[in-house]
This record gives sequence, C-alpha cells and structure tokens, in this order.
Amino acid sequence: MITISGVHKRFGLHEVLRGIDLQIAAGEVCCVLGPSGSGKSTLLRCVNHLEKINAGQITVDGHLIGYRQKGDKLYEMREKEIAAQRRDIGMVFQRFNLFPHLTALENIMEGPSQVLGRSRAECKTKALELLTRVGLGDRGGAYPSQLSGGQQQRVAIARALAMEPKVMLFDEPTSALDPELVGEVLDVMRDLARSGMTMMVVTHEIGFAREVGDSLVFMDGGVIVEAGAPREVLANPQHERTKAFLSKVL
Amino acid sequence: MSERKIPGGVRPMKVVPVRHPWRWVAVVVLAVLAAMFVHLLVTNAGFDWPFMVDNAFRPPVIDGLLRGTLAGTAIAMTIGVVVGIVVAVMRLSDNPVLSGAAWLFTWVFRAMPRVVLIVLFANLGFLWKRLEFGLPFDRQLGALFGFDNFEARLFGFDTATLLTGFVAGMLALGLSEAAYMAEIVRAGIQSVDEGQTEAAAALGMPKGRILRRIVLPQAMRVIVPPTGNETIAMLKDTSLLAYAPVIFELYYQLKAVGTASFNVFPMLVATALYYLFIASLLMVVQSFLERKFGAGQRRNQGAFWRFGGNR
Repeated sequence: MITISGVHKRFGLHEVLRGIDLQIAAGEVCCVLGPSGSGKSTLLRCVNHLEKINAGQITVDGHLIGYRQKGDKLYEMREKEIAAQRRDIGMVFQRFNLFPHLTALENIMEGPSQVLGRSRAECKTKALELLTRVGLGDRGGAYPSQLSGGQQQRVAIARALAMEPKVMLFDEPTSALDPELVGEVLDVMRDLARSGMTMMVVTHEIGFAREVGDSLVFMDGGVIVEAGAPREVLANPQHERTKAFLSKVL
Repeated sequence: MSERKIPGGVRPMKVVPVRHPWRWVAVVVLAVLAAMFVHLLVTNAGFDWPFMVDNAFRPPVIDGLLRGTLAGTAIAMTIGVVVGIVVAVMRLSDNPVLSGAAWLFTWVFRAMPRVVLIVLFANLGFLWKRLEFGLPFDRQLGALFGFDNFEARLFGFDTATLLTGFVAGMLALGLSEAAYMAEIVRAGIQSVDEGQTEAAAALGMPKGRILRRIVLPQAMRVIVPPTGNETIAMLKDTSLLAYAPVIFELYYQLKAVGTASFNVFPMLVATALYYLFIASLLMVVQSFLERKFGAGQRRNQGAFWRFGGNR
C-alpha cells in the first residue's frame, strides 16, 4: 500500500533522511520508533507531501506522490492534484490541530462537505456515526477548547476518517497528552487497526507497538537501523543503537 | 467593617490595606485643574454657547455630516478593507511578482500623507482631459501599417466628471487605508498557527479554500481591534476632504458658518464636539465587536474600568 524507496530529504545543509526504504502492505500497522531528530516525523510528512523529498520516490496505493512520471522525467504536480492525492491519506497530528472556530461535529464535516462536495445532511449523519465510534457521540456541539486533550485527539482521528482514507498516518498522536488520557486514544487506534486500516504510526508507545503493530521500524540519524516483527525487535534487538534506545525507554 | 464568619467557622484574618496617600494628592491637583477648566467654559464670552447651539445644526452642516463625513468614512473604509485583504494575500503569495507588487503598493501609499494624496488625486485631470480605455499604442501601431489617426478605443470619460473632488478623495483615502489594512490583515493571517493550514491541507483542501474557511475566520480575532482604530482615524481624516475640495463635509461646513458670521471660535468648538461624539459612538461599536471576536482573549483593561469592583 505504501512504498518508500531511496528517499532523501534535506533541510538546508542538514540531511534529515538519508536513504529510506520501507514497504507497508494493505491492512498492515507499521510503528516507527526512534529518538527525536531521527527523521521519523519528517518521513511521515513526506508520505502525504507536506514535505517535498529531494531524492527517491514514494507511492501510495500505486500512485506516485507529488510527481507525475512521463518517460524517465518527473513533473511536479499542481497544487490541485496534490490536494486530490491527500484525500486518500488521513493524518493525525501530535498537537491535534483541530479547527478552533468550529465545533467537534463541524470539524469532522469540514472535509467531506468542502472537499468531496457531499450534502450537509449526509455529512452530518456520517460525522455523528464517527463521533460515536470514537466514543464522543454526545460531544458534537462542543468547541475544541471545551474538550480534553484525549477527546480532541479522538475528534481529530474522526475528522481524518471522515474522508474515508486508504491509509492513516499518525504523528506521535499521544505525545502531547496527559498520561491518563493516552489510553483512550490508543483504544480508538487499536479498534481502527482491527478494522483493517493501513496505518503508519510514529510513536513512543512501546506497548502499543508490541501489541497492535504488525511491523516495527527503528530509525536513527535519518536511516532505518532495524526493522522486523515488533515482538522480536523489542525482545531481541540486534543493533547496538536499538539496544541502547530500548534500554532507556523500556 | 464588622467581623463576619465564613461558613465552616474560619475567622477571616484582619489586614490593614496598603495606604495610597499620593492618590489623594493627585485627586486634589486634578480637581483644581478641572474647576479652572469649567470656570473657563462658563465665564469666557469667547465661547458664545447660544450662537454655537443656534448654528451647529443648520441643514448644510447636517448634510455635510451625513454625506461627507459618515458616508465618506464608510466608503473609504470599504475600499480600504477589500483592497487591503487582496494586497495582504498577494504579499503572502509564493509568486515573487505578486508579493513584490504588494510591497510596492504598501510602500508608496504608507509613505504619502493623506492630504497630499487627496490633492494629488483631485488634480489628476491635469494629466488627461479624458480617460479612455482601449488597445495600447493604437495610433503608433496604425501608423506602422499605414493608417493615419487609427484609434481603437472602447470607452472613455471626461476626467472632470469622473474624478470629482469626492471620488478623488474617496480613492485617495481608500487606497491609503488599504496599505494599512494590508499590514493588519497580513499580521492576522500570520498569527494563525501553521498547524491549521497543514491539517486542512491533509484533508485535501486547496489553498484558496484553506484561506477562506480556516485561516481568515481565525485571523479575525487579530484583525478586528485595529480595524476599529482605523475606522475612528478615518472618521477624523474625512475632514481632509475639504482640500479636494469637497464642500459637503462636516469640518468645511462648520468653518464656513464661522467665517461667514465672523464668529469662528464657537464653530471650531462645535467641530471638536461633533467628532468627539461620533468617535465615542464608534468606540462603543468597537468594544462590542472586540468582545464578540476576542472571546477568551481578554487582558487587563486598565485600572479605570475596575473602579467599581472587579469584573
């Protein structure tokens, strides 16, 4: 479903990603671990073209992201085409990024009604369904500032799901939450994984990676240091860097 | 104050509040100054209050107030806000030509005094007797192909009918305002967190719609308060229209009454009171709007407003 091959990304002179190869199959939950500054969030943001890559290519569901290929030449896509590609890729942010001037329900309706052009009634039914699914069926009229962090993040997940995406990207979805509220968000993500959604999850939640993840990738210094089945990597890391990292967080 | 018991049986502690002796000194000094001022208003014959009251509400004055001052403020501010938003969006564009043009516009119109702009615009008729729109270089191109006096003009106006004093004044004030509004709108747009744009983009929204649906509504909180100030400033600056010249305008009319009756000073006082009154009305509207758009953002409004107890 997601194919990342030979991806490099530079910010100025600093090379953040130095040749990343990664494949995520349909229905797979891939957790990306690593210290801060290892490039894991940047990699995630490259998948829906919030960041442009400098080399390599990324495809989602067989479509090259951000570029059109004709012969052996790449053409930069127009803004409209990129927007169209992003409809199929849901994203959840560390800081929720809910729209503060809209209610929870309106936040979820915004995408389908503005981008897919669906009727308001249809969007509203769908949004209520999704709110119930994330356990907030009665909070539709609340503004983001009236919701706890965990509730906000669950609304944000519902907002992304409203576009009926083929894959979901999670950028440290629980890092900005009080420890008590982490569980409710992980529960929603676990249900989503069970329903067969393809997910790429940048996280520090080792427990979630072990229990829900189908694969685990450990990144450091812009490269993938180690990858494999979560239980194996976590129980028996091969690489020194992975061992050092895990010994601190486990 | 007698000792009260707080529920639960806790005795409130006895505290001697901090004394502020200098506040009383300030009160005495200001009271003397205020008395002197009232004395001046009442006893000095120069004010000629009866004359002022008789003449401040003449029909031409009221007409000037409505058509020149109030309508002028509304029209100039409308031009300013609309053009200002366009210029601000251009300024933030990735296109270097657009953002450069926006910078140039802001630079020129912010640097020029409004009086100069008004007089300049009112005299544009000096350059062209008629303003015409059509193919550029039509005569020159015609000559190239052997036609004499070839003209390809679509429509035109006499400059004198198009650029009357009032229209020129509105253009000058409106464009000058647009330069300031552009900076205000730009600050508003930039105050919205980048994450909002990213979240909307991740949903697949195109740029224009992100601006309209997500960014501008949030920018309003930052844009509205200074726009209120700009409106009050514009109210006062409509008095500059007299230089265009526009005669149906408050300041011009009141001064004319004073000049014609050889009693100038009372009418100047009337002018001051008129502007004071209308600006006060606008301030009420402004504080209402700020409350509406700035919910949850209120800061300390100064000790004066807390005089009657904390709100």
